[in-house]
Amino acid sequence: MRTPERLHALAAFVVKELRHILRDRQTLVILLLLPLAQVVLFGFAIRTDVKDIRLAIVDAAPDDASLALRAHFTGNGRFRVVATAAMIEVIEPLFRRGQADVALVIAPGLARALADGTPAQLQLITDASNPNTGTTIQAYAGAVIGAWQIALPGARQGVVIEPQVRMRFNQSLESVNLFVPGLISLVLTLVTAQMTAISLSREKERGTLEILLVSPLRPWQIILGKVAPYLLLAFANVVTAMVAAWLVFQVPFRGSLALLLAASTLYALVGLALGVLIAARTNSQRTAMMGSMIGTMLPSTLLSGMIFPIASLPWPLQLISNIVPARWFIVIVRGIMLKGAGIVHLWQELLVLAVMLTVLLVVAIKSFRARLA
Amino acid sequence: MTLAIEVKDLTRRFGDFTAVDAISVDVQVGEVFGFLGANGAGKTTAIKVLIGLLAPTSGSARVAGFDVVTQSEEVRKRIGYMSQRFSLYDDLTPRENITLYGGIYGLSDLDIRARGTAMLSELGLMQVADKLVSTLPLGWKQKLSFSVAMLHRPAVVFLDEPTGGVDPVTRRQFWEMIYAAAARGTTVFVTTHYMDEAEYCDRLSIMVDGRIAAIGTPAALKAEFGVSSIDEVFVRLARPTTAGAG
Repeated sequence: MRTPERLHALAAFVVKELRHILRDRQTLVILLLLPLAQVVLFGFAIRTDVKDIRLAIVDAAPDDASLALRAHFTGNGRFRVVATAAMIEVIEPLFRRGQADVALVIAPGLARALADGTPAQLQLITDASNPNTGTTIQAYAGAVIGAWQIALPGARQGVVIEPQVRMRFNQSLESVNLFVPGLISLVLTLVTAQMTAISLSREKERGTLEILLVSPLRPWQIILGKVAPYLLLAFANVVTAMVAAWLVFQVPFRGSLALLLAASTLYALVGLALGVLIAARTNSQRTAMMGSMIGTMLPSTLLSGMIFPIASLPWPLQLISNIVPARWFIVIVRGIMLKGAGIVHLWQELLVLAVMLTVLLVVAIKSFRARLA
Repeated sequence: MTLAIEVKDLTRRFGDFTAVDAISVDVQVGEVFGFLGANGAGKTTAIKVLIGLLAPTSGSARVAGFDVVTQSEEVRKRIGYMSQRFSLYDDLTPRENITLYGGIYGLSDLDIRARGTAMLSELGLMQVADKLVSTLPLGWKQKLSFSVAMLHRPAVVFLDEPTGGVDPVTRRQFWEMIYAAAARGTTVFVTTHYMDEAEYCDRLSIMVDGRIAAIGTPAALKAEFGVSSIDEVFVRLARPTTAGAG
């Protein structure tokens, strides 16, 4: 066949693929709304930052200084004072009943201690039944105390206590900022790897793939025709996720949109190649679905650093995480969105994805070419 | 006169199992050739080798004048294939299916439209041209499927049990379509389990355990075995152990 005929054949195939997608309205609507739903749900539900911290204050002998400190806590949107008492014994039952998350114990004579420059005693007691939340609360409370110290008049800023935690790039400590890049990668994985695997294995199951393989179409034409429409869908999804993140959570976007879309395309192609590979190696839609679930969705969620930091994984899993494309993609997206990083900073991650894509494409086309057994 | 299909000592093994065992068949241009055999005799494997879906283990095969291994692309341009399973897209309309296959086979948009309309009106499917294929009765689908396989006017068309599950009237119509195709010069290579259909073929072969046990015109085969129907020939060859037990 001559080149124009090949393009014509490819176009006919892409049109058919688009018709499949457009005709399956339910799936289409789900796929289009998915990024929106995920950003909103994940953004609100799974957060590692803590809001509405219930604070118990024990202030045995209130004075100017302690009242100022308390004002810092009440003035901070995150803390809600549930009890103020003079005696420390009050705290214990509050913790037991789960009515307080943290207690601030101010020893008597805070003002005088500050005036004298002698060590003042502050104690933070945190409910650490959920260690992550506990650590976070501790950090927040420490930050409030730090702010109070800085506001002290003159040289009264003696070394009272210095738990200063500074969160770079995410000063507001919004966990949603960290989630959105992970969500984009998750949505892309779903649309590319899983949908391609399912749609290709459906052709295999129904026998239409046989007809295509008997036709003059070449394997690359079939693969390209299959993945092109999903690439479009993937693009729409990235944009939806970004807009949703920005509108609902005011997630910042500091870098280049073009670079982000380019990186997303690269990542989507990796996913599509994976999907083709999975479909080529499985014999039914069901197996392909399970295969893409275990082979792409799980690692993209658990081993990518989306929820659990890679550094906190046991070393065998850390090692495995290196071959999870999402792990690299998330670094790229976080870099672009939150840090405004450019290609100078991210070329290594991009290179890793490009290498993955090349390897996957070669293997996918090869196993596709291996004629049906 | 060149042969439409030329098979010499074709063998295909899967591990230790020999699915097709050194078969040789010649099919003339314009012939309706019946390719018979019990389930598991190796028919489908042989067809898959001929249409390029499987590579032969040894031996050679030429289809429409080209080698199926070394000139597979030339072969694929010149053949049509209708598999056991209904293989049009259910979620597309007949017209969309026609557009797709016409495009894949390199027909121009003009040709696709002209041939598509002619085909649909011949089949009496104009009213449902824009309805989803999934809503059509099986017999209509099979006829449509055959016509789509013939859309690019192939030199050879392979039909793998095309009439499975179709009512007798539709089967009759289907065979009229096969004859019409053969009359236009297309060679038809067809497998079937219906022995009355086997009688319609110009020539036929019967495969048993990967080998061709008999080949010839229906009349010659009946004479050779001294029986009155292909059904009896088939039973003698294909199921020698159970034939007496009945």
